[in-house]
Amino acid sequence: MLALIPLFPLLGFLINASLGQRLSKTLSGSIASAVMVASFVVSVMTVLNLAGMPAGGRAIEQTVYTWIASGDFVLDLTLRADPLAAVMILIVSGVGALIHIYSTAYMHEEPDGEYARYFSYLNLFAAFMLVLVLGANFLVLFVGWEGVGLCSYLLIGFWFRKKSAADAGKKAFVVNRVGDYGFILGVLLLFVYFGTLDFQRIAAMVGGLPPEEGVFGALSIATLLLFIGATGKSAQIPLYVWLPDAMEGPTPVSALIHAATMVTAGVYMIGRNAVLFSHAPETMLIVAVVGALTALMAATIGLVQNDIKRVLAYSTVSQLGLMFLAMGVGAFGAGIFHLYTHAFFKALLFLGSGAVIHALHGEQDIRNMGGLKRYLPITYWTFLIGSLAIAGVPFLSGFFSKDEILYETFREGHTLLWLMAAITSLLTATYMFRLVFLTFHGEARGSGIGDPGSDAHAHHAVDPGSRLPDPGHGHLHDAPAAMALVLVILAVGSVLAGYVGVPHAVGGGNPLGAWLAPSFQPPAGTPEVGGVAGGGLQPSAEEATEAPDAASLELTLMGVSSAMAIGGILLASVIWLKRRELADALARRYASIYTLLLNKYYVDELYDATVVHPIQRGSDRALWRGFDVAVVDGAVNGTGTIVAEGSGLLRRLQTGSVRAYAGSMFIGVIVILGYYLWR
Amino acid sequence: MMLTLSWVLPLAGALALLLVGNADGRRDGVIRWATLVVSAATLAVTLAIWAGFNGASSEFQFVERVPWIPAFGIDYYLGVDGVSLLLLVLTAFLTPIALLSSWGSIERKVKEFSIFMLALEAAMIGVFISLDLFLFYVFWDAMLVPMYFLIGIWGYDQRIYAAIKFMLYTMAGSVLMLVAILGLAWLHYDATGSYSFDLLRLYTLEIAPETQRWFFLAFTVAFAIKVPLFPFHTWLPDAHVQAPTAGSVILAGVLLKMGAYGLLRFSFPLFPEAAAYFAPTLALLAVIGIIYGALVAMVQPDMKKLVAYSSVSHLGFVVLGICAMNVQGVEGAIYQMLAHGVSTGGLFLLVGMLSDRRHTRLISEFGGLKAIMPRLTAVFMIITLASIGLPGLNGFIGEFLIMLGAFRWNPRFVVFAGLGVILSAVYMLWMFQRVYYGEVTHEENTRLPDLRPREWAAAVPLCAMAVVMGVFPTLFLRPMESSVEALIARVQARQNLRVERVEQPQSPTPNSQYANSQVRSCGVGCWELEESVR
Repeated sequence: MLALIPLFPLLGFLINASLGQRLSKTLSGSIASAVMVASFVVSVMTVLNLAGMPAGGRAIEQTVYTWIASGDFVLDLTLRADPLAAVMILIVSGVGALIHIYSTAYMHEEPDGEYARYFSYLNLFAAFMLVLVLGANFLVLFVGWEGVGLCSYLLIGFWFRKKSAADAGKKAFVVNRVGDYGFILGVLLLFVYFGTLDFQRIAAMVGGLPPEEGVFGALSIATLLLFIGATGKSAQIPLYVWLPDAMEGPTPVSALIHAATMVTAGVYMIGRNAVLFSHAPETMLIVAVVGALTALMAATIGLVQNDIKRVLAYSTVSQLGLMFLAMGVGAFGAGIFHLYTHAFFKALLFLGSGAVIHALHGEQDIRNMGGLKRYLPITYWTFLIGSLAIAGVPFLSGFFSKDEILYETFREGHTLLWLMAAITSLLTATYMFRLVFLTFHGEARGSGIGDPGSDAHAHHAVDPGSRLPDPGHGHLHDAPAAMALVLVILAVGSVLAGYVGVPHAVGGGNPLGAWLAPSFQPPAGTPEVGGVAGGGLQPSAEEATEAPDAASLELTLMGVSSAMAIGGILLASVIWLKRRELADALARRYASIYTLLLNKYYVDELYDATVVHPIQRGSDRALWRGFDVAVVDGAVNGTGTIVAEGSGLLRRLQTGSVRAYAGSMFIGVIVILGYYLWR
Repeated sequence: MMLTLSWVLPLAGALALLLVGNADGRRDGVIRWATLVVSAATLAVTLAIWAGFNGASSEFQFVERVPWIPAFGIDYYLGVDGVSLLLLVLTAFLTPIALLSSWGSIERKVKEFSIFMLALEAAMIGVFISLDLFLFYVFWDAMLVPMYFLIGIWGYDQRIYAAIKFMLYTMAGSVLMLVAILGLAWLHYDATGSYSFDLLRLYTLEIAPETQRWFFLAFTVAFAIKVPLFPFHTWLPDAHVQAPTAGSVILAGVLLKMGAYGLLRFSFPLFPEAAAYFAPTLALLAVIGIIYGALVAMVQPDMKKLVAYSSVSHLGFVVLGICAMNVQGVEGAIYQMLAHGVSTGGLFLLVGMLSDRRHTRLISEFGGLKAIMPRLTAVFMIITLASIGLPGLNGFIGEFLIMLGAFRWNPRFVVFAGLGVILSAVYMLWMFQRVYYGEVTHEENTRLPDLRPREWAAAVPLCAMAVVMGVFPTLFLRPMESSVEALIARVQARQNLRVERVEQPQSPTPNSQYANSQVRSCGVGCWELEESVR
């Protein structure tokens, strides 16, 4: 039953990969979408099944077969659905199905074979992502983890003729590999330590231990190594650099893989190992700090970018940072809650940007947009809802989840981290509404003439024959039906999704938190190994003892973050809507900061200069030409030459002249005789 | 009789071809088909051996023994166990594929080429099934001759240099080995009064640790050259680049495995204490090779050279696994040998197809091929992913088991070896991008044909095998398990024996490293906690 969830998309992949060249577009798009819907249906049935079970023991397990067996290392391909996996499979198959449907319209201009290739990759991605979230041990998770990385690589580079796309795909894969290196070492350490890689068994064993204290112990090192893997997959400092470049891929891919699902894998992985991580306080602190730093840094970059998708990409990095902050302060439920609401509104925003790009035939620079509100009403309104949700405007989905993260961070005593997250919220609202205002409001700047004030910093002048048709002629058409439908569904989700997690302070019951809680605790019914009662994590107990002033604190913080959200929107409206000249004035006034942000803190350049180039040049000059060719082969060839020349010298003796031989024999006889006589 | 059949069949094929008159190349087609049929029949024989193999037993099976030179205790003595069984099958699996790959590219002296290929197959199979050291040595050196001619006659422009370099490098090693083999027989005479080249009997020989070291070095240098272990690897890029495609496939797929096989079959079990003494050094060289090979592969302008250096990196993993001398390490090493045979054999095959079409192997001469030959691109992608160890394909299983085994032995090596995982993605994907992605930059490339039926027939089995080995590794791990356990037990038992005896009079020797490899400090005080968890 469980295996069907990833098998459906796998089947779709096989059909489209093998027969795709011969299928019509309608057929290959329909097959790909249908298998996703089927997978979603099975996921829903699975979740209903889980919901029918008693709260403590919600788990369905299926062992498909023994994958690897070598000595005492026996690893089953086991899938397990528990409350956390349930949330994830709904997101992956649900949002995944929507994005497949959207893609049938978005990719329609591709030739037949390419269309099928696109859908085969997308299906394969879904299959691996579902394996990732259903895997019951580290290695099955790793299969999904690498598999989604592969699909991400293939889809980023989908338009392979473009060098930038191929470069971006490779960069994504390689940067992720750096993370995987840490991940694999962490997995090895855990196996040597616990003798198993099964999540539940590890949680049961760790559950019996006290949290690790003092300098880095094995658990801290192992979890830190796993976290390195997470920084790769989920685009955190220092490995976030691949995600903005990943926007080279088709926009639905950015929505599904680089916003809603794959990039959340790192967050999920920590949630999956909540018990383990909460026993490594040092790692937790690092996770929280890295998350907060990433959130803030990416938000500042997002403020000045001009490519509509890049703004969203940095926004994703920033929101992922908030999720890691939640994980790091031990608010696993809050982190997963934000992951879940983010999937809705970020998918919506990306797909909305896709509708804009689609309407403008490939234009992505917001400086060449403006005034699109009139022409793309559905896109505009849904995009606006998404922006309000991500900004954290009260009573939309993002509000509840972000607020919970801020509250938990503050409550755990991380005031500085809280402040960073609060500033991030302000910046989020600002950059999102900068995007909204520049894209949809104001004058249309697409005809190539543009508003003279708006392009003061355009390095590359707008194309002479801009692809944006004259709006007056009505060429601009809003999203086609399949795309519009998906936008509307996701917009509804962005509004309502948060209501499953309304906090107690405002009268909600936080059913999502209660649903997820068992996944973050040691499995029930397993014997306590060390005799220490319980883990470090008892949310239900905490909630029971929550004092009334906690509720007032939560309300206060809620007020603060609402103010941040609305303040950010107002700020954006002043700068980019009412007084456009202010933006340029600010950019001129703080030119160095502006340039720094526009160039993304020069991190790519730094990595190139300190890692990429030295390795490349060193390998070429020092290792290959220097050592391999000159030293080793020099020695080998040198030996050969010495032997050959030595033999050449000896050969001179072999003259073939009988007289010479006789002469030397004569001399030899004399010498020998002389020697004996003289003696 | 099955084992004799497995090596005599290709040899008989080679001899039969000698009798065929083909001066004007009239019978090229017939000869090609006949050669293919013989190699397919050999594959069938080895598969039958696999089918009849009892995986639960650690004994040598299908044993054949006939006295050959009784005065010196030399026997015609054959047998397979879990270590050699799959290498035997790999050899027979790759030969028909290599033959298919040559159908388009070898047009000169087809008869002679076929004879050398079959003779090479016979010798390679002989190496894996010999249990008599003298017989082993005969096959080992016999293998060089056809390879020498394959490179020297059908190779590319610098073939003579490459062929001689290959020959001299390998001979330098095997001369040392010959001396050591004779020395072993003499030691046996010293101890028992009779000469013997019987491997199993020599296993039981008690050799003083200091003597062991010399013997170990003599054998191991020969094998290290073959592996090739850093810094003995420089023959490999030349041999690979200059060899015809079929030669490269066999060289990478089978010949390189001989070195690692030799370490497992001879160096470690014959001289366990010396092995323990030298293992950290070997592992260090292996890890250097992993990183070094990958870095040098990255900057190669020539596709074949790139793949050749990547072999240095992959084979470094194999040696690391062997040095760990625990179940996961050794099984991973054998698995990695098989996986490398499939994926690197496949890479040479595919690079050969490109080079047949364009008569160049320079990466810069290609670009944008995905638009022109989508099928070849897809196959190349699968093999590339197999080579970089994507889970679900063959490369991952071996690499992971090796890292697990080595981690249990000494985590420090793995910390560095793991870098190879990053680098393999860098060099392979970079090459893939430059060859297949982007715009078509060379006019000549626009008319290149996609895979032909014959090429499909060569490529599909490799891709299928990459998937099967990645998804169902137990099919291959199970037959080797008991033999590997017996091998490890043999190595460790004699180490322990020696340790017990040596302990009182002398200062602690490094020999005990395998015996107590479970409990080692990893430098962070983590293993104490392990006790409390259990």
